[in-house]
Amino acid sequence: MEFSELIRTGRAQAKLLRGPEAPPLRGTLCVTGHHLLLSPGPQATSDLWLLLLRRVDSIEKRVSGDSGTITLRCKDLRVLQLDIEGVEATLDIARSIEALSSLESVITSFPFFYRPKGLRLGDAWHFHPPERYYKRVARETNAWRLSEVNEDFSLCPSYPRAVIVPRAVDDDALARCARFRQGGRFPVLSYHHAPSGTVLLRSSQPLTGPQKRRCAEDEELLRAALAGARPGARGFILDTRSAQAAKQARVTGGGTEAKAAYPGWKRLHRPLERGWPLQESFVRLVEACGDLEQSMDRWLSQLEACHWLAHVKEALSTACLAAQGVGREGACVLVHGAEGTDSTLLVTSLAQLILDPSSRTMAGFQELVEREWIQAGHPFQLRCAHSAFSHARPKHEAPTFLLFLDCVWQLGRQFPLSLEFGEGLLLALFEHAYASPFGTFLCSSEKERCLCEVRTRTHSLWSGLNQPKEQRKLRNPLYVPNPLAIWPSVELQTLRLWQGLFLRWIRPPEPSEVAWEKVWQIVTDKKTEGCEPTVSASEPRL
Amino acid sequence: MEHIRTTKVEQVKLLDRFSTSNKSLTGTLYLTATHLLFIDSHQKETWILHHHIALVEKLALTTSGCPLVIQCKNFRIVHFIVPRERDCHDIYNSLLQLSKQAKYEDLYAFSYNPKQNDSERLQGWQLIDLAEEYKRMGVPNSNWQLSDANREYKICETYPRELYVPRIASKPIIVGSSKFRSKGRFPVLSYYHQNKEAAICRCSQPLSGFSARCLEDEHLLQAISKANPVNRYMYVMDTRPKHRMQSWWATQKDIGRIIVRISSKIWNDEKIRESDEKKRLNAMANRAAGKGYENEDNYSNIRFQFVGIENIHVMRSSLQKLLEVNGTKGLSVSDFYSGLESSGWLRHIKAVMDAAIFLAKAIMVENASVLVHCSDGWDRTSQVCSLGSLLLDSYYRTIKGFMVLIEKDWISFGHKFSERCGHLDGDPKEVSPVFTQFLECVWHLTEQFPQDFEFNEAFLLQIHEHIHSCQFGNFLGNCQKEREELKLKEKTYSLWPFLLDDQKKYLNPLYSSKSPKFAVLEPNTVSFNFKFWRNMYHQFDRTLHPRQSVFNIIMNMNEQNKQLEKDIKDLESKIKQRKNRQTDGILTKELLHSVHPESPTLKTSLCFKEQTLLPVNHALRTIEGSNPADNRYSEYAEEFSKSEPGVVSLEYGVARMTC
Repeated sequence: MEFSELIRTGRAQAKLLRGPEAPPLRGTLCVTGHHLLLSPGPQATSDLWLLLLRRVDSIEKRVSGDSGTITLRCKDLRVLQLDIEGVEATLDIARSIEALSSLESVITSFPFFYRPKGLRLGDAWHFHPPERYYKRVARETNAWRLSEVNEDFSLCPSYPRAVIVPRAVDDDALARCARFRQGGRFPVLSYHHAPSGTVLLRSSQPLTGPQKRRCAEDEELLRAALAGARPGARGFILDTRSAQAAKQARVTGGGTEAKAAYPGWKRLHRPLERGWPLQESFVRLVEACGDLEQSMDRWLSQLEACHWLAHVKEALSTACLAAQGVGREGACVLVHGAEGTDSTLLVTSLAQLILDPSSRTMAGFQELVEREWIQAGHPFQLRCAHSAFSHARPKHEAPTFLLFLDCVWQLGRQFPLSLEFGEGLLLALFEHAYASPFGTFLCSSEKERCLCEVRTRTHSLWSGLNQPKEQRKLRNPLYVPNPLAIWPSVELQTLRLWQGLFLRWIRPPEPSEVAWEKVWQIVTDKKTEGCEPTVSASEPRL
Repeated sequence: MEHIRTTKVEQVKLLDRFSTSNKSLTGTLYLTATHLLFIDSHQKETWILHHHIALVEKLALTTSGCPLVIQCKNFRIVHFIVPRERDCHDIYNSLLQLSKQAKYEDLYAFSYNPKQNDSERLQGWQLIDLAEEYKRMGVPNSNWQLSDANREYKICETYPRELYVPRIASKPIIVGSSKFRSKGRFPVLSYYHQNKEAAICRCSQPLSGFSARCLEDEHLLQAISKANPVNRYMYVMDTRPKHRMQSWWATQKDIGRIIVRISSKIWNDEKIRESDEKKRLNAMANRAAGKGYENEDNYSNIRFQFVGIENIHVMRSSLQKLLEVNGTKGLSVSDFYSGLESSGWLRHIKAVMDAAIFLAKAIMVENASVLVHCSDGWDRTSQVCSLGSLLLDSYYRTIKGFMVLIEKDWISFGHKFSERCGHLDGDPKEVSPVFTQFLECVWHLTEQFPQDFEFNEAFLLQIHEHIHSCQFGNFLGNCQKEREELKLKEKTYSLWPFLLDDQKKYLNPLYSSKSPKFAVLEPNTVSFNFKFWRNMYHQFDRTLHPRQSVFNIIMNMNEQNKQLEKDIKDLESKIKQRKNRQTDGILTKELLHSVHPESPTLKTSLCFKEQTLLPVNHALRTIEGSNPADNRYSEYAEEFSKSEPGVVSLEYGVARMTC
């Protein structure tokens, strides 16, 4: 397929309005295979303006007289308006954008063509391999081993090649386990809490079905997990569905662990919203944020009705519960919902952030996202196909990853010194998860990424983010390593709307940006002038 | 002391209202003449000033003892469990007596002694000089002059002695106008904008009755508009809600028809809600009592503007609702936001802010003078005038300037602090959080403009603490005349010098002082810019706050930077001196070498580390309203560095959250 077939018109004269603060831009508009360009002309002082077409979430066209207006709503929640000369040109450009922004093929997407200066292909793909973490755990505990059973993705298509399982369970048993779990997602280690020796596990639901089937190998695997932690250790199975929903899942072949079959394990239900209701909540919140004229009462009732903060609260408290089981109770915790690729990952990744100081560093957090979201098979391609503005009938979209980022932001607000990264990194991850020139968030699983040769043919987001020039935006200048667990408050008086994301393009950003810059100034001033005396173990950033 | 029956009760439990574990602190409760003191088993002290107590409740006896709930005006709520009912009853009765004083002379300020001599005390009172402030604004000048009409409080008892009026307004005009205005509060200058030569004036509502007009009042307004050489048009801002005004229109146009009109409206129009009817009737009653609005036909060159800020009673019950909603733990999203919405609190804050913005715009954009009034001109008028000046003049955004602003627009112009804060046992209907709203508006501004204020949130909280504490004389009484009669300057201390001594705690590290004098703030009042002020309404609920304070760290770093810069300069100048004296290079090197080991840099860096972990509360002792070792922000750092919050067991099936 050629892009040129989809491009109906080459260029047109246009005026671009970029929101209330930025001045309008005039120039020649041009549609290419992956971008929308606006060139202000050779004599103009401002640079070329560029928009990745995949970033467009919805497009709206209006014509009047001999000109037209196109409103582009982007996946990063930005709204752009293009005033274009000529009715034909407007319609053609709109159709081209529509067609190009909704291409579904992965290998023709922009990351496969993006070749930035200063980065070498394949450079950063070894940045945060989960194997490294798994090997360390295996070495330290002696109760766990790295298995190659999924080397060809035959056991579980959504798991990576490397999985970590109890040493006592052999690969044949794993194969039988995989058949007993939905999508083959048998229980694997997610996090090893070194101080207490206990582990956090994740999986998908067991396929007990209406006959209440059992699987000896699966039971053995969980028993081995307990035995590996400490003789007589208890375990909690944290089901992210309600007890009723779990029971109902039996009709369709799913279900939940029977009490009698798993001695030592105790089941808890903490229902988390997923799928369509979560997406709807996101859509309604964004809608509410876009209305600048509404009265105070309407704003508050909209904020209430969209329920977004309720999801934040639920996610954080469930993660606290999991973290509490592992960190405080000395128990093993297995988290799963149905497929084990959404709310499960939300809970396990947040729990690690609460418990583990190393995951709160810049590198550690990137590693966490890579291991617990990308490699763990969160279907980014499906969940992030559309953002809050799309009129298309939703299929698999859900802002689970955004919910995770919001929870991290809340943690950062409550512990402003304990995260090495700042809001900038979270915003960047949100943007790139939905549309990106980098290959990191492409596809829905490691298997698909291998098929598309993502690793060899695209650049990694991590190498893009870890360039020195990006650091000032992404890092938290006030970071001081904190060896303790960070237990957040989940009272509503404490939780807040993430204005930096939801109102990013609506309110003027200057004051907060200027303040951020000032903090940087104060900190770096100190660092450079303080010379040797300020360098110490507690301040590694020099 | 005669009210105190029991001075000490042991084995008292203190519950935290937001902690989900039912753990409590056990300790001893002491009752002193001024404070209630609780010392827990870790020797941590909780001091509660009697004057801060708004409500004491004795709940039904439980198996563990008799619960005693104390609500404070600074939004602290403590829940004690006293083992014996008799003790609880005694404390309850004592607190009832001690928290409600009948006479000013029994308030804490008259016994508080920070160990200063008389001249220091006097100096403290002279710190804020309003004559100086008017000079700073640029009055008196060719258009404005100091009037001696109220020198003996003869014209208006609730105004200060010194008032600034247009130069062309003669004394008879002033006297005439004052008779036409409620409580004699005639139009006077509140703020003069030197660049624009425009003025903010304030007054109370006219007593226009059904037909009356007052030529002198019209003259005075003309004089105000003429005092502005740039724009002859002026605004009269009525800060009361519009629906009252509409009913006034109905009455004004044709008195003969009003009865028919209003009654037909009341009886026939189904759309009008009952509350509206009441308001209309109220307005009628107001008019009958001779209170109302200027008749536009009688005043030329004037544009009337109405901004709807509700009255003190609406505000009081709004805050009440807000506190009820937020006092519950484990709120759901819908409880919280529907509660926030139905309380209307943020809507009221937005209304005040919008009014101030209108005022600032009228001066900045149109160059017009503005006269602000509400009913009596001491509540809403004070809010709007002071906020408006704050937006216009960067001086009021400094620590000293903010004190001046409060002293001018609130204290001197007769905001009834004692009645609004309920200092004495009086009419509960006079209590209203008008000043708290002003502070909240300022807080919202500091959130929108993080670099434009010299002070931080702690400064606002501290001032709020002291409007209720009665520890200093500034906020006692309802007007200047009353304060003079109480001889406050001789018998009590002023708050401001104490705040100024401590100003390090109240500095905003992000403040950039370079902004020009008339850098006007243009806040955006779109709804989502208004947030619930957790640090005010939950200032004592520690579990709800961020566990780490950014403020202390930035402040320390800033300090350190300054210190380092100074050190560098010192060293450089020393080197220069030495070089001048001895040209021997080796000696200079030696000097540098010898300085290094104990260089101040090293010391400051050590200090820095200690300070971030330890509470910095020692300096607070003399000033803290309710107690010496109050648990506020600085303690979170300590709490945090100690250990994680208390452990809760993960029971079978029921897992509870720790925080």
